[in-house]
Amino acid sequence: MSLTKEQIAQRIARELKDGYYVNLGIGIPTLVANYIQSDIAVFLQSENGLLGMGPFPFEGEEDPDLINAGKQTITTLPGSAFFDSAMSFGMIRAGKVDLTVLGAMEVSDLGDIANWKIPGKMVKGMGGAMDLVASAKNIIVAMMHTNPKGQSKLLPRCTLPLTGVRCVKKIITDLAVLDITENGFELIERAPGISVEEIKNKTAGRLVVRNEVPEMDLT
Amino acid sequence: MNKVYPGADEAIIDVKDGDIIMLGGFGLCGIPENLIAALVRKGVSRLTCISNNAGVDDFGIGLMLKLKQVKKMISSYVGENDEFERQMLSGELEVELIPQGTLATRCMAAGYGMPAIFTPAGVGTEVAEGKETREFKGKEYLLEHAFDADFALVKAWKGDTDGNLIFKATARNFNPLMAMAGKITVAEVEELVPAGELDPNNIHTPGIYVNRIFKGTNYEKRIEQRTVRKSQAGQ
Repeated sequence: MSLTKEQIAQRIARELKDGYYVNLGIGIPTLVANYIQSDIAVFLQSENGLLGMGPFPFEGEEDPDLINAGKQTITTLPGSAFFDSAMSFGMIRAGKVDLTVLGAMEVSDLGDIANWKIPGKMVKGMGGAMDLVASAKNIIVAMMHTNPKGQSKLLPRCTLPLTGVRCVKKIITDLAVLDITENGFELIERAPGISVEEIKNKTAGRLVVRNEVPEMDLT
Repeated sequence: MNKVYPGADEAIIDVKDGDIIMLGGFGLCGIPENLIAALVRKGVSRLTCISNNAGVDDFGIGLMLKLKQVKKMISSYVGENDEFERQMLSGELEVELIPQGTLATRCMAAGYGMPAIFTPAGVGTEVAEGKETREFKGKEYLLEHAFDADFALVKAWKGDTDGNLIFKATARNFNPLMAMAGKITVAEVEELVPAGELDPNNIHTPGIYVNRIFKGTNYEKRIEQRTVRKSQAGQ
């Protein structure tokens, strides 16, 4: 079975370690916050100027002055801090943020990422994505393995305008966990019940498969 | 010296057609609502607006777009606005999209008296086209210039009669950076107090950067994405 978006988020949450400062992008990455293990302390960074983002407020407790980068009303956790947008991207550029998780339309087997613009369609802008991918120490892409037409999103080269070059370290899709290596996508884990063959068929870029590929542990 | 103005209309009396104006805020959070309303009333046109976003159709900078007061928009993200999209696609509105950290840091550079910065954001993408690059320690960076704005219009939570400002929560965002960057900076505040009442330890923007200040009124503080969780039993 291919993973649901929630299960992708659940698998990504296992990459978070105690003490990590993490920036979660919009979409599947946002869901990761729901699966952070209770025995570790993780600070979520929201690039509009907050470290220590908490869950959505209870109804009636929304504060219009307290939102995340997706413009959703949120709360703060004990130990949180506010800052301006320059400092926010300063800490990202300086490599203080341990992990960035973001969505993508395409990823190449070199680690290039395209996620902001489709020629011919209304361009809304890159927001903070280009700053994040240019500087983050560790970038995990969360996405479906194929687009709605069934075409692979893991390509030899991105066809869409790039957001950043040679920056993605790991991809977690509904079918697999893959690392970016100098030989291309290396298959690390597969979704329960998904065959290596199916992943091969749905990966257009170079794919490295070592002997045994374990199934993901989602327990 | 008197920095205190009666209201928004008086504080922007000398904004002219064709001026370059910075507006603070992230989405609709922390936008200078009173100053935008005054620009709409004044009817100035051909403005270049530097702001992270462009408001929504009927609020924020969207109100100025509707009246075609904006010639060019410099932003990082401009979704959620149909009129913006229409004007952009028809060519009536010029749009320059730049990475959010670059936008913030180009404001910061202006306020710090630095002509330019080097950033890795956009290297290898179309953002880098035509820009000077330089390698430091084996990594490539783009040269980006400090902004040069005629006015910076910002919103703060509290301010005093000397122009010192304190921002609240994530309504801070671009506001203190733009406050430092305008040739003339105008701040609207929810609470205006006599100089000496704010603790100097807590000032985010020192008054030296602020030329004009007034107490804003009727804040709507519209929420773009109202997200809540169910209250638990017993709460």
